[in-house]
Amino acid sequence: MAEMWINMGPQHPMTHGLWNLRIKVDGETIVDAEPEIGYLHRGYEKIMEVREFQKNVVLTDRLCYVSSITWSHCYCLACEELMDIEAPPRGQYLRVITNELQRIASHLMWLAAYGPDLGLLTALLWALRERELFLDLLQLITGARMNQNFPRIGGVRNDMPSDFGKYCRKIIAHFRKKLEEHEALFEQSKIFQMRTIGVGKISRQEAVDFGVTGPNLRATGANLDLRKLDPYDAYPDLNFEPIVAYEGDSYARYKVRMEEMKLSCDLIEQALDRIPDGPYRVKPPRRAEGEAFRRTEDSRGEALFYVIGDGDDRPYRVKIRSPVFSNIFAAPIMMRGNKLADVVAIMGSIDVCVGEMDK
Amino acid sequence: MAVEGETLARLKERFGEETFRETGIVRDRLVKIAIDRKDLFAVCKFLKEELNVEHLTCVTAVDWRDRFESVYHLTSWSRNFMVQINAQIPHDDPHIDSLVPLWNGASVHEREAYDLMGIVYDGHPKLERILLPKDYGFHPLRKEFPQEVDRQYVSRRKIGGGG
Repeated sequence: MAEMWINMGPQHPMTHGLWNLRIKVDGETIVDAEPEIGYLHRGYEKIMEVREFQKNVVLTDRLCYVSSITWSHCYCLACEELMDIEAPPRGQYLRVITNELQRIASHLMWLAAYGPDLGLLTALLWALRERELFLDLLQLITGARMNQNFPRIGGVRNDMPSDFGKYCRKIIAHFRKKLEEHEALFEQSKIFQMRTIGVGKISRQEAVDFGVTGPNLRATGANLDLRKLDPYDAYPDLNFEPIVAYEGDSYARYKVRMEEMKLSCDLIEQALDRIPDGPYRVKPPRRAEGEAFRRTEDSRGEALFYVIGDGDDRPYRVKIRSPVFSNIFAAPIMMRGNKLADVVAIMGSIDVCVGEMDK
Repeated sequence: MAVEGETLARLKERFGEETFRETGIVRDRLVKIAIDRKDLFAVCKFLKEELNVEHLTCVTAVDWRDRFESVYHLTSWSRNFMVQINAQIPHDDPHIDSLVPLWNGASVHEREAYDLMGIVYDGHPKLERILLPKDYGFHPLRKEFPQEVDRQYVSRRKIGGGG
């Protein structure tokens, strides 16, 4: 049969945002694919050059509206490295707590999107119901549900309320029980298994070669988590093992994210047990010179900020490394040989966020 | 020997001291080297094949007004260290070798650097704009590209004489 190109996007429910996936098909079988991105490019790196170091924190929040705190946290770490300061211990623990809360909220948003992709609308309602609890917790500590603008260069904006630990433990205990229901909903569904097991395979070697990071890489059997390999803030004090799955297919990617939510619950409880008293922020210098970068384990993979200062109060150059930007271009490898109907199951399992991809 | 010192020693042994403009250990498990553009591919090939650097984290282009720099952040997953390579490029001839033959992941980052900064990566299989429209005639991250700096600082008081 003759081969032909099909456009999925820019306006398509599968894309979860605004980008275009060009697919070359031979009948129903995918021969090749090519993502086309850039519809949401806002010129972040240029805008950040004319704003002061502190003012950029609010911009980096908007890189990904689902996972704001992890992004502004990474930017603050890079600026701290540049200015040669370090957040006080209490600030570091508060960052870990908000980071993990944000990671759970982000993974739940992914789960809520992945269910309807495969025709499981109940998952959307359930996952968003649970996500609301974590947004409430974030509101309790930062004052906002989304785009919290909470990390600061040199610490965090404010201390947590005195009864935060109590509410947090209560919600986590509740969430652990609910998560079992979620797992039952997905894993006991024959349709979900048929549509994900063995679909969208990528080998570990190919994943590393294409720069895939985060849950997508750990689903191929690589035990690589930057919280462990290149620890930052209070992570060295906490006991945990990165989550790994071995099959490298859509089901393995689903499994890694589900287990990671449990891991985040453990990390939050450990951090609440150990959080020390003291100041939560130090005053950063206004100007900085030199170059520095930090990378963190974002909800979707390896986030990196590379900041250059030329002695002014504004950065000379900022580079944002978005994990999705690399992950999405490995999608053609996952798709080749699969059927056209599997595109949704594969792209959904990658967890695309267009805001951070297009910068 | 710690992994950073060993990396630097192996690199100097293979390429000689004069290849490197600058070498140093920035922090734990991070090596920084500065080289000229002609040595880039050989150094990266050596890093990948001999020193287990499997992962290219990102490629950054920087405009220093009198020269460009292409900055590479490379990660070795198996031995857990990072290398930062700053490769210098003259401003009037922005060409440098592409690293796509070594890491497929370099492709998108080099396309982005070409798109926003206008550095041509020789040997790239498909060097096209990635974020901006194909007919966009500028490279906006260059320093000569105008940016409305003053607008950020105009306060109500300055406009209306009160407030």
